Amino acid sequence: MFSKQKITVIGIAFSLAMFAAGCKKKAPPPPPPPPPLPGETTKPTLPRAPTVAQFSAEPTTIQRGQSSTLRWEVSGAVTGVSIDQGIGTVQNTGNRRVFPTDSTTYTLTATGPGGNTTSSVTVTVTAPPPPPPPPPPPTPTATLESRLGSDVQDAFFDYDKSDIRADARDALTRDAASLKGILSDFPNATIVVEGHCDERGSAEYNLGLGDRRASAAKDFLVGLGVPADRLTTRSYGKERPQCTESEESCWQRNRRAHFSPQ
Amino acid sequence: MNRLFWIASLAAAGLLVMAAQQSTYDLGTITKGERPVLAVPDLRGTAEAQSLMGAFNQTLWSDVSSSGLFKMAPKTLYPLAVPQQPSDFVQPPPVVETPRGRRTQEMTRPPNGGGRWVSDWSGPPVSANYLAFGYTAPQNGVLVLYGNLYDLGKGAAGNPQVINKRYLGTVDEAGARKIAHEFAADILALFGGQTLFGSHIYFTSDRSGHKEIWVMDPDGKNQKQLTHFNSISIESSPSLDGTKIAFTSYVRGNPGIFVFSVDPVRDLRFYNQAASVNSSPSFTPDGKQIVYSSSAGRCCRIFIANADGSGFRPVSSLAAIDTEPKVNPKTGNIIVFTSGRSGPQQIYKMTMDGADVERVTDGTGEAGNPSWHPDGEIIAFAWTRGYATGAWNVFVMDLASHKYTQLTHGEGRNEHPSWAPDGQHITFSSTRTGRNQIYTMLADGTQVQPLTTSGSNERPFWGK
Repeated sequence: MFSKQKITVIGIAFSLAMFAAGCKKKAPPPPPPPPPLPGETTKPTLPRAPTVAQFSAEPTTIQRGQSSTLRWEVSGAVTGVSIDQGIGTVQNTGNRRVFPTDSTTYTLTATGPGGNTTSSVTVTVTAPPPPPPPPPPPTPTATLESRLGSDVQDAFFDYDKSDIRADARDALTRDAASLKGILSDFPNATIVVEGHCDERGSAEYNLGLGDRRASAAKDFLVGLGVPADRLTTRSYGKERPQCTESEESCWQRNRRAHFSPQ
Repeated sequence: MNRLFWIASLAAAGLLVMAAQQSTYDLGTITKGERPVLAVPDLRGTAEAQSLMGAFNQTLWSDVSSSGLFKMAPKTLYPLAVPQQPSDFVQPPPVVETPRGRRTQEMTRPPNGGGRWVSDWSGPPVSANYLAFGYTAPQNGVLVLYGNLYDLGKGAAGNPQVINKRYLGTVDEAGARKIAHEFAADILALFGGQTLFGSHIYFTSDRSGHKEIWVMDPDGKNQKQLTHFNSISIESSPSLDGTKIAFTSYVRGNPGIFVFSVDPVRDLRFYNQAASVNSSPSFTPDGKQIVYSSSAGRCCRIFIANADGSGFRPVSSLAAIDTEPKVNPKTGNIIVFTSGRSGPQQIYKMTMDGADVERVTDGTGEAGNPSWHPDGEIIAFAWTRGYATGAWNVFVMDLASHKYTQLTHGEGRNEHPSWAPDGQHITFSSTRTGRNQIYTMLADGTQVQPLTTSGSNERPFWGK
């Protein structure tokens, strides 16, 4: 009769032998399942490896800092499902939000009596766009304003007149080319043609005179092909002078059509 | 009543035109002939009322002197003892005939009563015809003024007392000003005058950093900001009854018209027709319609609309820049307006349907800012006639005869005259001290009073 000790020793030795054998020699792969017989559906079959019905990431491309959602569904004979990248063991079906900081490939391993099945999905992480190039840029007004300031000149008028003088004709002709360029660079912009007057006429009358100056300048520009629906007029009369000295040089500076962003 | 009749007779002697036909205004002339001389010494107050007397005396003096009804006896000439109540006056001692050659110092009659004799005020150097006096005292939480007006011509023999009345106000500066205004109103009424206390001047000020609509009393007190748009808000114009104002603002981009109630201040939602400029609104006398200038179509025609902006239609046909329409406040059937149709801007008139357009000014210089006298026969306006372009002065013109008179004379730019409800005063703006400030004057160009000092202030419009 074996003593209890002997049994234990034999057991350990046997286990070690088995373990050593396992290390030395790969277990033979399970035989492939037989082809299904026609009409035979309920016939028990040998266990098959689990099927990964779905393993996806939504979206597959994210910006750094954003998340993606992994979704998986494993069917068949399953004893365990795990995902690498630190996720670990999961349910057969589920989802998980991930926040990769760099492009990462997630591998799902489904283990079953019939073997292991793996599936991978890659989440591509992009850096957030530098200053986003698409329109509208973050400071369109300043840019439009500076473009108007640098590329477009005021048109000046005679006292109590809204006729386009020769010098204003030249200025507006150059302005028309500049404005066309600016308007195509800023496809959503509307430009205000402001009409201004000097301090001498009466304030109410000047509101009208400024309107006529703005309209005259706009009409001239439209005649040169600047789209009419991108220009609007506004009279400031003598409410917004750019200088206040009571002398002709200042008065002339104020008798003008000026261009500003809407 | 007998006394009042005598007062009226006296006043008529000096103020023939005014006493007989109160509201009429003879071009540029407020007073004809001799005006009564009025002495108004500083009144005093008992206890804490004394601290309010600066405001009181300034208000009383300003109201009576700016009325133009009196020649004000200068304060520097007044005797030292100022009576505060009728019992302060004493009879001069009778002149005692002394025995020949026995004149003694004690028996010599003093040369004057130091202010306690009526003759101290009626005789030289004061030489007043009337004396206003009295005192104030706080009683049971109410500031009481005991106000008196003496007709000094009645001397000691008759009863010189024309006004002897109590006036009640709150014990603060506002209360002191109120009782001064009321006392002054009673004095003015005796001479056919009308107090302006209670009327308001609407104007534009940029003192907040933006042009906003403001309102103040006709003496410049109680300046209050009505709009807070932080934009450009201009051209305020009250309805004749004083309950609403119309004005123009850029708060929504292009200049558009707004109509507000005054008390409480509330936007009554004026509908603006599509146009790059809707501006220069003013009410018809019944307050039910608004005339304004619009660039709809092309700048600018006079339009008329309901007070909410609906039902708008053009009145003038497009010729040039037409603006500043003002409807005759008396008849409601004539519009005066400014137009550039004959060249430099001039003043025109037409009927309410745009017919019978006629130029009012003679084509010289530039003219604008017409304002109707309450009687509907005379306008005040700004004109550069006789001066350089942009050198505006205030003129008045009788529309029937086209006779005109100039009221300001080149002290800065003088614009936007507007008649007071009394038809005797005009408010206007002037750059005479630098930036635009608002002034009042008698409609003869005298008694110019500055009302504003802070920021730039312009476009005054005198309403109820």
